[in-house]
Amino acid sequence: MAFYVVQFLTGLASAASLFLVASGLSIIFGVTRIVNFAHGAFYMIGAYIAFTLTERFSGAFGFWGGVVVAALAVALIGVLVEMVLLRRIYHAPELFQLLGTFGLTLMVEDLVVLIWGPDDLVGRRAPGFKGAVDFFGQNIPSYDLFLIALGPVVLGVLWLLFQRTRWGVLVRAATQDRDMVAALGVNQKWLFTSVFAVGVFLAALGGALQIPRDAVHHAMDLRIIVEVFVVVVIGGLGSIVGAFVAAVLVSELNAFGILIFPKISIILVFLVMAVVLIVRPWGLFGKPEAAARKTPGLTVNPWRPLTSNERLAALAALVIAATLPLFAGNYALTVGSEIAIFVIFAVSLHFLMSVGGLASFGHAAYFGLGAYGVAFLAKMAGLPMIVCLLLGPLLGCMGAAVFGFFAVQLSGVYFAMLTLAFAQIVWSIAFQWVSVTGGDNGILGVWPASWAASPSHFYWLALGVAALVTVTLRIMVFSPFGYALRATRDSLLRSEAVGINAKRIQWTAFVIAGTTAGIGGALFAYLKGSVFPDNLGISLSVDALVMVLLGGVETVSGGVIGAIVYKALNIWLVSQTDLSKLVLGGFIVLIVVVFPKGIVGMLEMLAQRRRKSSPPGSSLLAKPIESAE
Amino acid sequence: MSVAPPLLAVEGLTKSYGGIHAVRGVSFSLRAGEILALIGPNGAGKSTCFDMLNGQNKPDTGHVRLLGEETTGKKPREIWRMGVGRTFQITATFATMTVRENVQVALISHGKQLFNLWGSAPNVDRGEAGRLLELVGMGGYADRPCGELAYGDLKRLELAIALANDPKLLLMDEPTAGMAPRERVELMRLTAQIAREKSIGVLFTEHDMDVVFEHADRIIVLNRGTLIAEGSPAEVRGNPQVQAIYLGEGLLYEAGHREGASA
Repeated sequence: MAFYVVQFLTGLASAASLFLVASGLSIIFGVTRIVNFAHGAFYMIGAYIAFTLTERFSGAFGFWGGVVVAALAVALIGVLVEMVLLRRIYHAPELFQLLGTFGLTLMVEDLVVLIWGPDDLVGRRAPGFKGAVDFFGQNIPSYDLFLIALGPVVLGVLWLLFQRTRWGVLVRAATQDRDMVAALGVNQKWLFTSVFAVGVFLAALGGALQIPRDAVHHAMDLRIIVEVFVVVVIGGLGSIVGAFVAAVLVSELNAFGILIFPKISIILVFLVMAVVLIVRPWGLFGKPEAAARKTPGLTVNPWRPLTSNERLAALAALVIAATLPLFAGNYALTVGSEIAIFVIFAVSLHFLMSVGGLASFGHAAYFGLGAYGVAFLAKMAGLPMIVCLLLGPLLGCMGAAVFGFFAVQLSGVYFAMLTLAFAQIVWSIAFQWVSVTGGDNGILGVWPASWAASPSHFYWLALGVAALVTVTLRIMVFSPFGYALRATRDSLLRSEAVGINAKRIQWTAFVIAGTTAGIGGALFAYLKGSVFPDNLGISLSVDALVMVLLGGVETVSGGVIGAIVYKALNIWLVSQTDLSKLVLGGFIVLIVVVFPKGIVGMLEMLAQRRRKSSPPGSSLLAKPIESAE
Repeated sequence: MSVAPPLLAVEGLTKSYGGIHAVRGVSFSLRAGEILALIGPNGAGKSTCFDMLNGQNKPDTGHVRLLGEETTGKKPREIWRMGVGRTFQITATFATMTVRENVQVALISHGKQLFNLWGSAPNVDRGEAGRLLELVGMGGYADRPCGELAYGDLKRLELAIALANDPKLLLMDEPTAGMAPRERVELMRLTAQIAREKSIGVLFTEHDMDVVFEHADRIIVLNRGTLIAEGSPAEVRGNPQVQAIYLGEGLLYEAGHREGASA
């Protein structure tokens, strides 16, 4: 019994830090509507700076002072980031801020290695909380007890801050309707900056307080950010109490899951999140989100099929790409194949995101399922390559059909989080079901048939499939189905009022996108000759998002360009420099700030500006009024 | 001796929220080609009533029938498939698509081509979309992005979309709200003309009494969830109960004056 109590208390102690970080994310999202991917990075910097400070200054004052000063310092960094970066992109298309903060995260990951080195750093114990308390023969670190007490204290302080101060009232008002708050004469700029500072302070404090419990290392940002997303979504976006309850829930699930369901311990948290989202999409303590006002400036260039000249240009580009084996070596061809495969992956997500308006945060699941499908068929059934390539993606299709059915019931951030949860569930299965998937060791020896084995042949195969997939999806964009899908994205209300079953249209799109991603994954398995759980991991999902956003989410085929640029740059940078993440992150941030419509979006804008060199004659038209929805 | 059922028959419609009776036992009917206005002060239950007709809301009790066929409790898209077009009080259109594409979406849906993955949508019903846009006077705007339109034009686009399924019944929730006075008259004149030509029944809610008295064939008046008057514009205007509700607003006595909207 005592053992379980101790386990419970350990869970509670972990919850404290998680709560701090999650409440920060929640507050920032509530007011600015930014999904701050860099929140984990701020948490990590907090831990690193606190480590340095507490090492430098001895004594109780050195430790506690160091922790607080570290959090304040990171908050200052946060203010800088908000003023220099985020202020420029508040009006960018939805989720573009995610790309910016992702670039920031990449940079931070390399920066901390540059400053603090790649090794794990073990910090010192907290003065006054070095020992352990005996509890019926079980030891509980006294620092854990301190953290357990800290959680509710912070909750109380935040509650007072939000209920009893003018600033808190403004924050709560802005969370409900920021346009109205701005209309009432509140200086929105500084409100946003201060909210961001507080949120980052909480994240950094959470990181700094982890020093006595955990080693500080340069991958702690990604580990926490996923968990924090889960906490915020379960608790309800914008709800501090929700964040607290969910942090406790998640921490206890982690603590007991490993005891009670060792086989599915990793899944458990995501399973709970999926169930919560399906039953109560706005989280345990959240409120159903009022339909967000569309960002002004929604008027994108109307989409149109390519003109015959543009078709010729695309064909010419394809022909040129096809000549690569004539002069390039095997390494370049392998890189070329990989890029072609990622084009398939990116356009599949692009179809879902830009045409359907559904931003999946777990698209790698279907890519990976396609890869595993091929591996199962090739290794267990011993089927020939061509059959595997045709049937393997069906696993992605089936996964998308099942998960997509639930996911399309939601929209916006909640859709994103549910897809993330599903992807994590699939990843956990691949990771933990060792007897079938080989677990972490993956499935090896998935080699292409002799006709496709040479790098040049495989390259042509990948290129051909990529071209076929891109053209097919383009045709679908301009098919009646594509119109219907865009209609559901633009206005659910109007779609339903003209007889469109929006959920079924979106579900179909989800299955199409999942199957297409599966095709990419199937090729990828053959390219690498192996399949690993990483093929359906979060970082791959994020890669896909970045490629789409980089290309331009408001464009028809931005995914193609985004994939080529991102993947080529990524591979090239890794071969050129040890600081590839820093450079790539910097590049992404630059793109976000300078070209908020993505690369293709920017090119289109330039082309249009040239076409419209003479001012339009019909200036009689009233200025655009947004159709409110 | 069977009598043809009316286009729209509403029978004992009731809806309450908690203890508040938003709509109580409302019954009325509508013939093909007739233009019926649903009026009443704010909070009278117009919107609740309206939403129960278009499927946005479900009545506690009561029936709505379209040509004798039950629509009660059906989803908006199913009601649309039965031949009911609608416009919204605050326009709802597909903002990133062009004006023509907006109409094409409705036509694609009407032609049951929604799951056609291979056709060329820009060519689907292009002529028909053009005709509908001409009909509402938007022919010249076909290639404009919808998000650029002025509000009055959006309202006309909505009318074109609502006509795409060749409706028997048009439901218009405050069709002229937010429009300039001249635009109001034009839009309602257009609507009335189309309705008479195609023998479409029109039910609309409206706050502008000028619009109501000029264009409605018949008027029903709601107050506190119950139907208190029904009849021709002249009858309703003379109804003392209605006068009591709108007391102090000279409008009802002398239609045609432009003294502002009521209630």
